[in-house]
Amino acid sequence: MTSHWTWYVIAIVVLNLVGCVWLLRGNTRRSPTDPKPDETGHVWDGDLTEYNKPLPRWWINLFYITIVFAVAYLLWFGVGSFKGYGHWSSHKEWALDQAAEDARLDDALKLYAGKSIDDLANDPQAVAMGRTIFINRCAACHGSTGHGATGFPDLTDDIWHWGGTPHRILETIQEGRQAVMPAWATTLTAQGGQTAVDDTIAYVLSLSRPDQPKSEAVDRGEKLFGGICVACHGPQGKGNQVVGAPDLSDSYWLYGSSKASLRKTLNEGRQGVMPAWKPVLGDTRTRLVGAYVWTLSPHKVPPPAGAVVAE
Amino acid sequence: MSQTHAKLEKNIGLMAILVAVAVSFGGLAEIVPLMFQAETIKPLPGIKPYPALELAGRDVYIREGCYNCHSQMVRTLRFETERYGHYSLAGESVYDHPFQWGSKRTGPDLARGGLRGYSDDWHRAHLHNPRDVVPESNMPGYPWLADNKLDSAEITQHMRALKRIGDPYSESDIEGAAKAVEGKTELDAVIAYLQGLGTHVSQTDMQAAEGAD
Repeated sequence: MTSHWTWYVIAIVVLNLVGCVWLLRGNTRRSPTDPKPDETGHVWDGDLTEYNKPLPRWWINLFYITIVFAVAYLLWFGVGSFKGYGHWSSHKEWALDQAAEDARLDDALKLYAGKSIDDLANDPQAVAMGRTIFINRCAACHGSTGHGATGFPDLTDDIWHWGGTPHRILETIQEGRQAVMPAWATTLTAQGGQTAVDDTIAYVLSLSRPDQPKSEAVDRGEKLFGGICVACHGPQGKGNQVVGAPDLSDSYWLYGSSKASLRKTLNEGRQGVMPAWKPVLGDTRTRLVGAYVWTLSPHKVPPPAGAVVAE
Repeated sequence: MSQTHAKLEKNIGLMAILVAVAVSFGGLAEIVPLMFQAETIKPLPGIKPYPALELAGRDVYIREGCYNCHSQMVRTLRFETERYGHYSLAGESVYDHPFQWGSKRTGPDLARGGLRGYSDDWHRAHLHNPRDVVPESNMPGYPWLADNKLDSAEITQHMRALKRIGDPYSESDIEGAAKAVEGKTELDAVIAYLQGLGTHVSQTDMQAAEGAD
């Protein structure tokens, strides 16, 4: 703030304070032109007379005290570009609070630094802390119970698109993931004609329903799948955790199992994003939340034969 | 004193004028200087007038009354910066006409919404029906945004109007606006706006600005 504006502000403030004092004094003194109270000739109730209108003493004194307080306040906290003798500022106070809280946090977290998530999962305290972080940060997409939503993976099952080992889960949390399912419809149509997209969908759906009879569309779809999709999803669509390509032969469908949804996947592609949390939460807190996620999953069923499993 | 005050008490017109003068002291001391202070009218590095699509999204944000539940100002309180990120600085809002600081938070503060890592897909699902992704949410759904196409003529005019009041849009910005919003829906626009919130200024620049004042 320039000195010009500082003086402008100070002048208004001083004028205000002086004005208050002036008004108060003016209204607590009898005007010399008023008749004296005992000259009006009538008295009620012992002391009630005309022109006898003193403001209560306690009230006037409180008013003076607030004025003194205002002056002290301005000297301590500043006015205009004058910073005040207290040198207080909201960001300094914030920085102090932050430093104190950071120290407390470091203290609480140092017990868990660098431990693997399956190890931390055995410590109920660590899991409870992880759950709190999960509710704050992860629940918006994965749900407060970790059951996910359409487009956002369920964390309570044993299906892992990017790998379900402790190391791999932690990597997913810390570094984030970017899925890259391209829009294949044009390429598929060029190779397999107008029905190509529907044929591919028929084949992909048949993978998780092996008991149903194979139609001609499924056979045509299988050829198309073998030429294109196999690169990431593998033979029989078992998936590849290294590139995050889901297993298509299980019963879990991230974007739903309807034909409309699969058509959208092939027409527009899918680019699911898991943000990287290490820059936000730091190393230890991502480990704690990983420990909580680890406890959600049963880790029983081994990945399907033929799948590329990331370690 | 008593005579002058008696004059005032007997003349309501004079009294009204002097009451207005007395009441304006607060504004004259607290608001008027801010209209000329560098820290409130000089944009922080990285803060530029909104690009066409984000500006259109901002209009949708205002039209739908998002400010009724979402503030856009992180206060200088530790628990608030813990949740939302660096507290807001005046230099971030220089091109906000009108600003969306707000004072009512039924939903979370959105000043740093673009830094939260939500994907565009999440926003699409969430704006269509928030309960699809957050079952506990009490935010209404805005399914019509996906059906409404943006009006390129309107956004061009809006940018011209903002230029007239001092936002430094270039002619090519304004001429490119129609192309930038071509074929886009209100949903695309509002997502572009939300994803941009808080991302235009770096943490380092904010700390530097802090040291300056």
